[in-house]
Amino acid sequence: MNFDLILRIGTKLILPFILLFAIYVQFHGEYGPGGGFQAGVIVAAVIILIAITFGLNAAKRVAPRGLVERMVPLGVLIYAGTGIAGLLLGGNYLDYGVLLPEPVSGHLLGIFAVEIGVAVTVSSTMVALFYAFVERGS
Amino acid sequence: MESLINMVLLTLLAATTIAIVGQRSLLGVVILASVYSFLMASVMIVLDAVDVAMTEASVGAAISTVLLLGALHLTKTREEAPRHGRLLPLLLCAAVGAMLVWGTLVLPPFGTPDAVIHQHVVPRYINETVRETGSPNIVTAVLADYRGFDTLGETTVIFIAGIGVMLLLGGLRRRDRAQDSAAEDQR
Amino acid sequence: MEALLALVDHYNFVITIFLMVAGLYVVVARSNMVKKLIGLSIFQTSVYLLYLEPGKIIGGTAPIVDPKFTLYSNPLPHVLILTAIVVGVGTLALGLALVVRIHEAYGTTDDDDIADRNRDE
Repeated sequence: MNFDLILRIGTKLILPFILLFAIYVQFHGEYGPGGGFQAGVIVAAVIILIAITFGLNAAKRVAPRGLVERMVPLGVLIYAGTGIAGLLLGGNYLDYGVLLPEPVSGHLLGIFAVEIGVAVTVSSTMVALFYAFVERGS
Repeated sequence: MESLINMVLLTLLAATTIAIVGQRSLLGVVILASVYSFLMASVMIVLDAVDVAMTEASVGAAISTVLLLGALHLTKTREEAPRHGRLLPLLLCAAVGAMLVWGTLVLPPFGTPDAVIHQHVVPRYINETVRETGSPNIVTAVLADYRGFDTLGETTVIFIAGIGVMLLLGGLRRRDRAQDSAAEDQR
Repeated sequence: MEALLALVDHYNFVITIFLMVAGLYVVVARSNMVKKLIGLSIFQTSVYLLYLEPGKIIGGTAPIVDPKFTLYSNPLPHVLILTAIVVGVGTLALGLALVVRIHEAYGTTDDDDIADRNRDE
C-alpha cells in the first residue's frame, strides 16, 4: 500500500498532540470545558486517523480488536462500580460524598472515576463501530 | 450582538439544510451533514454551551461522518428519484411547522434572563456546585454527580448500541464459529 | 407589524422548527434509507437547539464558575443535550448497520423497491 508521504508524516507529527489534547480534556474536565465524552471521542478519532492513513492493520496494532471489545463493558463496570463503592461505604448508590472522609474530595474523586468510565466506554465503542463497518467492507 | 451572530449562523444552518434536502448524491449529503454539524457547534458556542459544542464538533462532524462514509462504501451512493408525489408530505410538513411556530410565539424571546427556565433548580446548581462538589464546571458536576443516574443509563445505551452494531456487522466472528463447528463435525 | 416583530423576536424558534420540519420532510418523502437517517439526525439536532436556545442569557457566560463573572447561562439543558448527542451517534450507527444488512439481503437501500419486492412475492 502506497500512501501519500505528506499525509503520513503530517499524521505522525499531529498524533501526539491530539492524544495530549484528549488527556487534557479528560483530566481538566472539572475546571474547563470537557469531560469523559469529549475525551473518549477524541481518542477514538486518533485510532480512526491511524486507520485511514496507515491502514487498518496499523490501527489494530495500536488498539487490538479484543482489547477494544473488552473495554466497552469495562467502562460501564467502572461507572456502576463507583456507585456500588458508595453503597458499601454506607451511602446511597452513586453518592460520592462517602468515598473519602472529606465530602468535597469524595465528590471530586467520584466525578473523576465516573468520567474515566465514560471515556473508556465511549472511546472503545466508537472504535468498535468503526472496525465493524470497515471489516464488513474488506 | 450575540443575537445577531446567532441569527446569521441559524440562517446558514437553514441554507445548509435546504441543500441537504435537495442533494441527490449521497456523498454530497454526507459532506453537507458534516458542514451542518460544524455550524451547529458554532451556534452552540454562541449559546454558551461550550461542552456541548465540543461534543457536537467531535461526534457530529467527525465520527458520524466517518460512520456514514463507511456505510456508503458498503451500499449505493446515489439516491433514486422519488416515485410518489411530493405535495402530500410538503402539505403535512407545512401544517406541522405552522402549528409549532404558532405554539412557540408565547415563549419568552431570545436571551431574557427572567424566563421560567432560569428560576427553578438552576440557581441552586450555580450557587452550590463549587461548595458541594469542588468542581467549577457546573456542567460536569451536574452530569457526573447530581444527575449521575442519567449518565449511567446513557453510558449503558452507548454500550448496547455498540453491542448491537457488532452483532449486526460482525461477520468475521460468525465465519470463525462456522469453521469451528465444521471442524467439530469432522471430528 | 406586531406579528412581524414577534416573529423577529422568535427567529431562533422559527429556524429551529424549520430544521425540525425539514428533517420530518426527508423522513416522510424520501425513500432512500441513508437519507432518511440523515433527516432523522437533522430532526434530532433541531431538538438540541430547542433545548439550548431558551437557556441562553444575553450577556451571560459559559457555566464555569469564576469569581470574575456573576451571570451564567443555564447549565441544565447543556447536560441533557450532551448525553443526547452521544446517544444520537449510537442510534445512527445502529441504523446504518441495519441499512447495510438490508442492502446485503435485498441489493437496494430504497424503501419503495423493498416494498415492491415484498408485494411481488
